[in-house]
Amino acid sequence: MATRVDVSVTRGGAARRVVDHTLLRHLAIAVAAGVVLWLITLSLGSFDNIQLATMGYYFVAVAGLTVLTGLNGQISLGHGALMAIGAYTTVKLQSGPGWPLALILVVAVIVTALAGIAAGAAAARLRGPYLAGATLALAVGLPSLADKFPKFLGASNGITVPPPTVPSSLGATFPLERWQAWITILGGLATYVLLANLVRSRVGRSLRAVRDDEIAAELCGLHVPRTQVLAFVISAACAGLAGGLFVVVNNLAAPGSFPLSLSVAVLTGVILGGLGSLMGAVWGAALIVLIPTWSDDLSKAMNLSQNVQANLSIAIYGLVLIGVMLAAPRGLQGLIERIVGLGRGLRANQQRSRGPQRPGKEEKSEP
Amino acid sequence: MSRFIDLTLNGIANGAIYAAVALSLVLIWRATRILNFAQAGMLMFTTFIAWAVIDSGASYWVGFAVALVSGLALGAIVERIVIRPVEGAPPLNAVVVTLGLLILIEAIAGMIWGGNPKSFPPAFSIKGYHVGNHTLLFSPFDLFTVLVVLGMMVLVAVLFTRTSLGLRMRAAAFEPEVARLLGVRVAQMFTVGWALAAVAASLAGVLIAPAVFVAPNNFDAVLVFGFTAAVLGGLESPQGALVGGMIIGLALSYVAGYISGQLVTLGALAILVAVLMIRPEGLFAMHQARRV
Repeated sequence: MATRVDVSVTRGGAARRVVDHTLLRHLAIAVAAGVVLWLITLSLGSFDNIQLATMGYYFVAVAGLTVLTGLNGQISLGHGALMAIGAYTTVKLQSGPGWPLALILVVAVIVTALAGIAAGAAAARLRGPYLAGATLALAVGLPSLADKFPKFLGASNGITVPPPTVPSSLGATFPLERWQAWITILGGLATYVLLANLVRSRVGRSLRAVRDDEIAAELCGLHVPRTQVLAFVISAACAGLAGGLFVVVNNLAAPGSFPLSLSVAVLTGVILGGLGSLMGAVWGAALIVLIPTWSDDLSKAMNLSQNVQANLSIAIYGLVLIGVMLAAPRGLQGLIERIVGLGRGLRANQQRSRGPQRPGKEEKSEP
Repeated sequence: MSRFIDLTLNGIANGAIYAAVALSLVLIWRATRILNFAQAGMLMFTTFIAWAVIDSGASYWVGFAVALVSGLALGAIVERIVIRPVEGAPPLNAVVVTLGLLILIEAIAGMIWGGNPKSFPPAFSIKGYHVGNHTLLFSPFDLFTVLVVLGMMVLVAVLFTRTSLGLRMRAAAFEPEVARLLGVRVAQMFTVGWALAAVAASLAGVLIAPAVFVAPNNFDAVLVFGFTAAVLGGLESPQGALVGGMIIGLALSYVAGYISGQLVTLGALAILVAVLMIRPEGLFAMHQARRV
């Protein structure tokens, strides 16, 4: 899904093998992106590194949701609640047995994936608006659990944990924010490699088959409900990792950190980037972090009142959701692909008439 | 026993409000096959307008009327401008658009009125009736709430079954192509459906405002309850909305009274999931095969 394999005859043997081999290609992309991001973090100040770290965990959440919504056609307005599960698991474990962070994050992913099985089993029976409503209820309802168990979950103040410790081998002056950015970038890259491979695998094809036509998929021997639950579990696991990384960056899990607007923000990232596209998830995650920053700068520059400033970014999210759906249903990545495709199409046209569009692209959003 | 009666009465009063929200969702679903997540935002906005009117010194009833009229206008405007393009598009598009509208309206309300909750006056006393030396958990305002919602339900039923407009609306919802051939202006009927639904919702907003206070996000839970009620009733029938609203009102009142007030939203979720598991098309809807 990520890159189209360009089978040009002139390309050399080794490079060709990397490009053609799915796993190697995605690993190569991840390593390249990792090196670029590593260089970027070195030049950024602490605020920008935190921004980058925030993009990192948003990317994980958005990528997870784009698999569910874009590839499998199920919608979830409850990903904020799933992130909360991952975050609370992380803070409980961090204040508990003193495990290494990586292990804690893995456990957070597993716990959230288990919650995803429950949610997915319910979701597999629901369609479109019903599913949206049920997951909406999850997003609105789940944070109130923290008030119900104040001792265990810390009521509305939540639970605070110390920030991750920077390894001493990096030197005493190594900024914490850069370390946090590295952790989330690593998490994001791992998510990218796993999801990108999954999308190109048999599982990814069954997810798309179920999205495009449940009955046809069933006739092909796919177990439709099981596939839908699987999609939900994959997506929930990503949300769990995103929640854990949220704690790494913010050192806190509180009900107020996971409002409905977080779920909406993650969905905005998916829609903005383009349904089902992992590259789109990168744009989407970047924009949902940058929009609030830009809108704050804008309202400060224009001397807008406190009320306006507090709500401007949310208003922009809303406008973006409506505008993209009405004007460019395939999001930014779709727009980019269309522009790139236009150039490619022109070139191809000189040789032979243009073939059919890639199937399934247009009716992507049909659940 | 007296506690049970109290909780039951309280549940009926809340249930009436949830029924009104459910009715607004049902009216829109019937007309356009869209689940309007923006309903919470729209009813919050009209309630804010009513609050502003009352706050500026006008009487309660002026505010009440203003809320209903602005609901009518808002519903029609929203349908015309934002919803029209996604009618007939894949369901996901409409979900995303109404969700975007929800947070847009909430943000606009926050810009105008700020985030601090405002207290909203009730029409009548909210002190419970006295029976002997026991004070019931049921006040004159609760009685007013139940009566107003029931009255609205009757009006809607009369509109749909006894008037030409209602017949045209049903035709447009049921079989748009045929209705169009018979001279019904289908698009106009959709607009009317949205406007009516927004009136029902703004009524619910004004009625529940004294209890939840008016702030941009304070009506999200009401949307969840109304949605649960509408699904219970099958999303299709106004009577179903009424029954669903009452069931949800009672169930949540018992959950809050006997278990914990913090679990109310999760209780609604549990009911919703249970109902959808057993009867995915709701308690009252006629069985409908999914279209291939």
